[in-house]
Amino acid sequence: MTKQQANWSPYDNNGGTCVAIAGSDYCVIASDTRMSTGYSILTRDYSKIIQLADKSVMASSGFQADVRALQKVLSARHLLYQHQHNKQMSCPAMAQLLSNTLYYKRFFPYYSFNVLGGLDHEGKGCVYTYDAVGSYERVGYSSQGSGSTLITPFLDNQLKSPSPLLLPAKDAVTPLSETEAIDLVRTCFVSATERDIYTGDKLEIVVLNASGIRREYMELRKD
Amino acid sequence: MFRNQYDTDVTTWSPAGRLFQVEYAMEAVKQGSAAIGLRSKTHVVLACVNKANSELSSHQKKIFKVDDHIGVAIAGLTADGRVLSRYMRNECINYSYTYESPLPVGRLVVQLADKAQVCTQRSWKRPYGVGLLVGGLDESGAHLYYNCPSGNYFEYQAFAIGSRSQAAKTYLERKFESFVDSSRENLIKDALFALRETLQGEKLTSSICTISIVGVGEAFHTLDQETVQGLINEFEVVGEEPPADEAAPPEQGAGTEAALAPAAPAAAAADEGAPADQGVAPMDI
Repeated sequence: MTKQQANWSPYDNNGGTCVAIAGSDYCVIASDTRMSTGYSILTRDYSKIIQLADKSVMASSGFQADVRALQKVLSARHLLYQHQHNKQMSCPAMAQLLSNTLYYKRFFPYYSFNVLGGLDHEGKGCVYTYDAVGSYERVGYSSQGSGSTLITPFLDNQLKSPSPLLLPAKDAVTPLSETEAIDLVRTCFVSATERDIYTGDKLEIVVLNASGIRREYMELRKD
Repeated sequence: MFRNQYDTDVTTWSPAGRLFQVEYAMEAVKQGSAAIGLRSKTHVVLACVNKANSELSSHQKKIFKVDDHIGVAIAGLTADGRVLSRYMRNECINYSYTYESPLPVGRLVVQLADKAQVCTQRSWKRPYGVGLLVGGLDESGAHLYYNCPSGNYFEYQAFAIGSRSQAAKTYLERKFESFVDSSRENLIKDALFALRETLQGEKLTSSICTISIVGVGEAFHTLDQETVQGLINEFEVVGEEPPADEAAPPEQGAGTEAALAPAAPAAAAADEGAPADQGVAPMDI
């Protein structure tokens, strides 16, 4: 008589991929808009990106119910911060808040794989990458989600200098221009869409720079 | 009001059925510097006088943003006001989080009033010594409420609290009928005129007052000093007197308004308002 195992899980994986690249004066955050469960598609038009503060944008893949709950908590905390300090939270501050919020649920985690992008105090692009329980690091670029295993090696190859794999460490951000970075992101997703069944439908790109925030869309394969 | 043997505890009634500690708390409101609120169908303006303790110090913050659609102006113990503003902000954030929609103003003031009432019925607490003018917008339109330390709240078309507020109230009582359809600019101008009344001849400049506004399509925010000074200059150049009433011919208006004035504070739609007073001094605001 084998032990009965739980056959109900509080989690589900809705798939999807997120990417962010930091430049000298901009940050690109992108994700696909497909939401799936198992081998089915729930919707082709779901945004995984949220603007938390005027210089912080978060993209999250994983279990979207947890992602949404996490987004709401962070937004509420940001509102509180604004009331108390009379200013917007900086991206590094938001990065720490996200980490603490995730660790707070260390023993029933948010099933959310996050990438936080924005501009730091000097106006340079910054990208922070997380695991589900809040371990984070500032990097020059990052990818999370079902297509990350396909995209990360490609970005390592293309972006070369900001790669965290280089020793000694070189640039913190990519020397690419904004348009070049956006083009690179498009290439990443087109390739990932070919091989990853959970990535596709549409690509949402958010660009943060000194002049503000901008959103772009691109169609991806729907199969 | 004189000291008597029933005023030591908030939980002691006087033989006349008064709670003196609560009334003393309302005195604290009257001692604070003036705060004024007025509303039209689409906007609510809050204005207050900022008196610094000395030339060396900065003035205290008396108007607080509670949420995009609600703001509050206080008079009395500003520390109590700050604490209550924090409570109001939290309530708005929690409501938004749960219901993904803005907290209706009427609900917030009830919660605030209930919180104030608790302090009038515990022997280990004291009443909040601050009066709050809560202005906000929700689905049912623009609202202005006054919350007092007693735990009562009333809805108003326009109101003034704090020291020398009676002068402002007199001005508002004359003009309040025109506020409903007033434009945003005229509403702000009326607020400035009312504010000027409380200064008793002292010159009105943007450095001693704060004006905040919330309206349809306009989140709650405080006007910056330059804008305010610009508006003040406008009407000081044109002439000292505020524009005459459009509603009724001025001379006639003055007579009838004087008769109306003692009847009730300038109260609007009676759905939220409690009866003005119990006959005696107690709830007289």
